[in-house]
Amino acid sequence: MEQEIIIQIKDANSFYGAKQILKNVTLNIPAQTVTALMGPSGCGKSTLIRCLNRMNDLVPRFRFEGNVLYKGIDLYGKDVDITDLRREIGMVFQKPNPFPKSIYENVAYGIRIQGIANREFIDGIVEESLKRAALWDEVKDRLHESALSLSGGQQQRICIARALAVKPHVILFDEPCSALDPIATAKIEELITDLKNNYTIIVVTHNTAQAARVSDFTAFLYLGDLIEYGPTAKIFTVPQDKRTEEYLTGKFG
Amino acid sequence: MVGNRHACSLYLLIWFMLKRNNIVKFKEALIERLLLCCSLLSVLTTAGIIWVLLSETIGFFKHVSVIDFLTDTQWTPMFTNKHFGILSLLSGTLVTTFIAIAVAVPLGLISATYLSEYATDKMRHIIKPLLEILAAVPTVVYGYFALLFVTPLLRQFIPGLSGFNALSAGLVMGIMIIPLVSSLSEDAMHAVPMGLREGAYALGSHKIQVAFKIVFPAALSGITAAVILAVSRAIGETMIVAIAAGQQPKFTVNPLVPIETITAYIVQISLGDTPHGTLEYSTIFVCGTTLFVITFFLNVISFKLKRRFQEIYE
Repeated sequence: MEQEIIIQIKDANSFYGAKQILKNVTLNIPAQTVTALMGPSGCGKSTLIRCLNRMNDLVPRFRFEGNVLYKGIDLYGKDVDITDLRREIGMVFQKPNPFPKSIYENVAYGIRIQGIANREFIDGIVEESLKRAALWDEVKDRLHESALSLSGGQQQRICIARALAVKPHVILFDEPCSALDPIATAKIEELITDLKNNYTIIVVTHNTAQAARVSDFTAFLYLGDLIEYGPTAKIFTVPQDKRTEEYLTGKFG
Repeated sequence: MVGNRHACSLYLLIWFMLKRNNIVKFKEALIERLLLCCSLLSVLTTAGIIWVLLSETIGFFKHVSVIDFLTDTQWTPMFTNKHFGILSLLSGTLVTTFIAIAVAVPLGLISATYLSEYATDKMRHIIKPLLEILAAVPTVVYGYFALLFVTPLLRQFIPGLSGFNALSAGLVMGIMIIPLVSSLSEDAMHAVPMGLREGAYALGSHKIQVAFKIVFPAALSGITAAVILAVSRAIGETMIVAIAAGQQPKFTVNPLVPIETITAYIVQISLGDTPHGTLEYSTIFVCGTTLFVITFFLNVISFKLKRRFQEIYE
């Protein structure tokens, strides 16, 4: 593999109260690819992805040990302002969570909070982001309607557009389709595949078929351990670990 | 024979169970009716109040024209030269309410924001009950606090301040309704889904941006409902203004002079020796109706806003 590594997770251990969630996870994520974090419920895949933009800081009693290096910067380092870094590492959540504002304001929010007020500039970014999220044609005539009036799949694409608007380098998707119907799911998956040319994408999923469809690399987690990691084609055809094989063949999960 | 006996005891058992069932059913029905009576009691009381207010008010307006009532700027029902201009009482109510809201809304919203967005769970569990103690202090205590402590204190800075005035009554009333504003607003802000905060943080928001640009607007209808309820509470507050604001109906917006609010006037007349059945006496019902109409509309608006808020998130 000659690919540039954008995120390095080193000996990540995390705890919720006394309970250990992640156990010594070490993982390198190559740039401009789609990496799937796959595993059954409770395996720590969501916890792991939420360590990559320190979203877990919001959870009381959560504790993290280890390092996460983003372009060589330790996200858990002492002098690091995570607020700035979160602009480079965007996130799309499990349940679509558009703000109760208009479609336009949802996409513009991330730019506005940086103190930018130039109307034309924001208009441009909103249009560009909605186009990239494959939503522009559906909403261009109703930009000032509430984002909550959209369907679940459209709301999720608003959330993707919102994340794209602040020009991230990495986008984290935490089970982005689990609240969506199959058609909306297919659209989001197609979008993920399109976006990988310009962004590094990490997707959490418990759906093996989804991991196989969208990802270049797959990591399989089980009970907080990283069991296996490698190119998706390899993991799915010749899994090295028995547990991976059992999960892929539906023996548990 | 044996089979017969079995059948017999089976019948007995079924009969017994049916009877038992009937007793349970009867009890259930009885409890249901008792509960219905209890809830009807408050409905009937409200209906009774409205009926008394309306019938007395209609009687009053047979002697005094509605136009005079709404436009006259003097309120002198006890004088020989009688005037019935509600504006002088209404201005007193509005001035004290305005001052109270000017105190309670900013302070209440700041503490709600702190409690909902900044305080740790532990702090919230300590501070919230403490704040709610403010609401448990009897209003008569607040009244004397305004009259005997706040007014003398303010006089050090404002020499022209009368002994009875709208300012200190309004200020103290504002302090009294802080918990109402903060508690209801905090509930509204706390009910904003965590997912919205996460979404905002993930875009690089600072905490203060999350609080004011996401949570506050998302909770706005709940917060507005809280503020309207606070206004309604301030308009209806009686004891503080009766004690500390004076008893001089005056059409003014000057908070430094004695005034009289609608509620304080009702107290004054009902405590006095005005004979029942006279025009003077019926003024308190007219005042009551005026208050009722104002607070009723405010509560309806508040209720509607609150429901709209719940519809969005539940």
